[in-house]
Amino acid sequence: MNDMAKTGKLLLELKDVCKTFRKDGAEFRVLEGVNLRIDEGEFVCILGPTGCGKSVTLQIVAGLLDQSSGSVILDGKEERGPGPHKGMVFQEYALLPWRNVIENVEIGLELKGVSKKERRRIAMEYLEIVGLKGSERSMVHEISGGMRQRAAIARALANHPKILLMDEPFEALDALTKEEMQIQILKAWEKTKTTIFFVTHDVDEAIFLSDKICVMDINPGRVKKIIDNRLPRPRHENVCRTDKAFGEMRDQIIQLYSSLKDDELDLVF
Amino acid sequence: MSNQNGGKAAGFQGKLVDRAFNVLGVLLFLAVWQSASMLNLFGPDFSASFSPVAAFSALGEMISSGELLHHSIPSIRRVLTSLFLAIIVALPIGVLVGYFKRVEQLTYVVFQFMRMISPLAWMPIAIIIFGVGDVSVTFLLWLVAIWPLILNTSHGAGRVSPLWVNMSRTMGAGDSGILRKVIIPAAVPDMLTGLRLAVGVSWIILVPAEMLGVPDGLGYFILDTRDRFRYDQLMATIMVIGAIGYLLDSGNRWLIRKFAWKI
Repeated sequence: MNDMAKTGKLLLELKDVCKTFRKDGAEFRVLEGVNLRIDEGEFVCILGPTGCGKSVTLQIVAGLLDQSSGSVILDGKEERGPGPHKGMVFQEYALLPWRNVIENVEIGLELKGVSKKERRRIAMEYLEIVGLKGSERSMVHEISGGMRQRAAIARALANHPKILLMDEPFEALDALTKEEMQIQILKAWEKTKTTIFFVTHDVDEAIFLSDKICVMDINPGRVKKIIDNRLPRPRHENVCRTDKAFGEMRDQIIQLYSSLKDDELDLVF
Repeated sequence: MSNQNGGKAAGFQGKLVDRAFNVLGVLLFLAVWQSASMLNLFGPDFSASFSPVAAFSALGEMISSGELLHHSIPSIRRVLTSLFLAIIVALPIGVLVGYFKRVEQLTYVVFQFMRMISPLAWMPIAIIIFGVGDVSVTFLLWLVAIWPLILNTSHGAGRVSPLWVNMSRTMGAGDSGILRKVIIPAAVPDMLTGLRLAVGVSWIILVPAEMLGVPDGLGYFILDTRDRFRYDQLMATIMVIGAIGYLLDSGNRWLIRKFAWKI
């Protein structure tokens, strides 16, 4: 258990969140009654196969989508719409190609009206945290996918968000870079003590990173089980992937999906 | 240099060779032109005065008499004024058309229809409204410059990735933030392409537009040299028109190199 950042204080609460999409007159229930509580400083993964609504859940929290019913309560307040207090990291990085790395990191501070000098200082601080120091002047097309995602994480963190929302952020990366980034995000999380809500369909990734795994079911998308992940921290040394407890948790998750047909189950094990 | 590397040699020496080929092309062109006049291709009476040699000496004469400046400056002024006015009008319209689907649908037919009309067709109307003179010429040039600017800007604003917009909203951007930090910068390369096309067509339309009753300018001077049978000066003026056009386009290419972002 990592208890350095944990206060036990409730930060984010999803209450009976439902989402229905309408297409060609027909209604599709994407999310049905999602309930979830995330404490301050927690690292929570939401795990599930395609179609379980995990990304939709995250986008509702981010304010990029509206729920059909239910409520999202952050820090005691009902949330509506996006804002810099909810940092978002997209799978496709979403960096602006006409800006160099540090200018991309500064954009939130720029929108807030922070002075240029102060912007530079804060942006450098976060570039260092994500391990991008020295590349701040590179243009986006000059750097690798892993470096782009680091820049995007620094950009979200530079706003000092109450919560960092990550939508399958490492999916577009090769396996080696993905592992490197998982270690990097744990380090950044420990350093900044930011609460992280992380979407993935990679079981190992969810176990490796999280304090709590929200396992989702499909048709309609809903919470199947919330698993407390008590693997010891820090986990960067990578040893825990071979731990007995790691394997047990994996088996437990596989068990949860045993009712699904193979073609419905596109999880990575 | 070889064909294997696309005719481009590497290094400083390679650059020199590349430039040498540019110069060689110009010399060949002059040689063809000179031979044409020596072979009396422009007719037995005037071929001598159509030659590059005659044109260059007329050019020297026009420079020292001040005639060249006297006619170039109004032409450049008219083109730059109309471009400036076209940019002010076209860029905001282009952004609106590109970003809002409804505005695009509203304007599509009208804009595609209007841009196919030679601005010279509007000449009688321009003269009724603005009278003979500078304002009419500037208006016609403006009318030709706005279409490439509007259409290219709208193309640029239209291909703004929704991901960039969503990202900026999660960064705390409102509508004006999205406009300033995403849509406008995203459209800059297309704006510059539009500007380059606009400069090209304006400069081309300038010559006939200046034949419509203004007392100076390179277009006017073409008619004037013809009336005075000064074909050497006519050819010199044609060279100047080409040269200024080339310089304007080079300026544009520099802007594109400097300010157009790459993916």
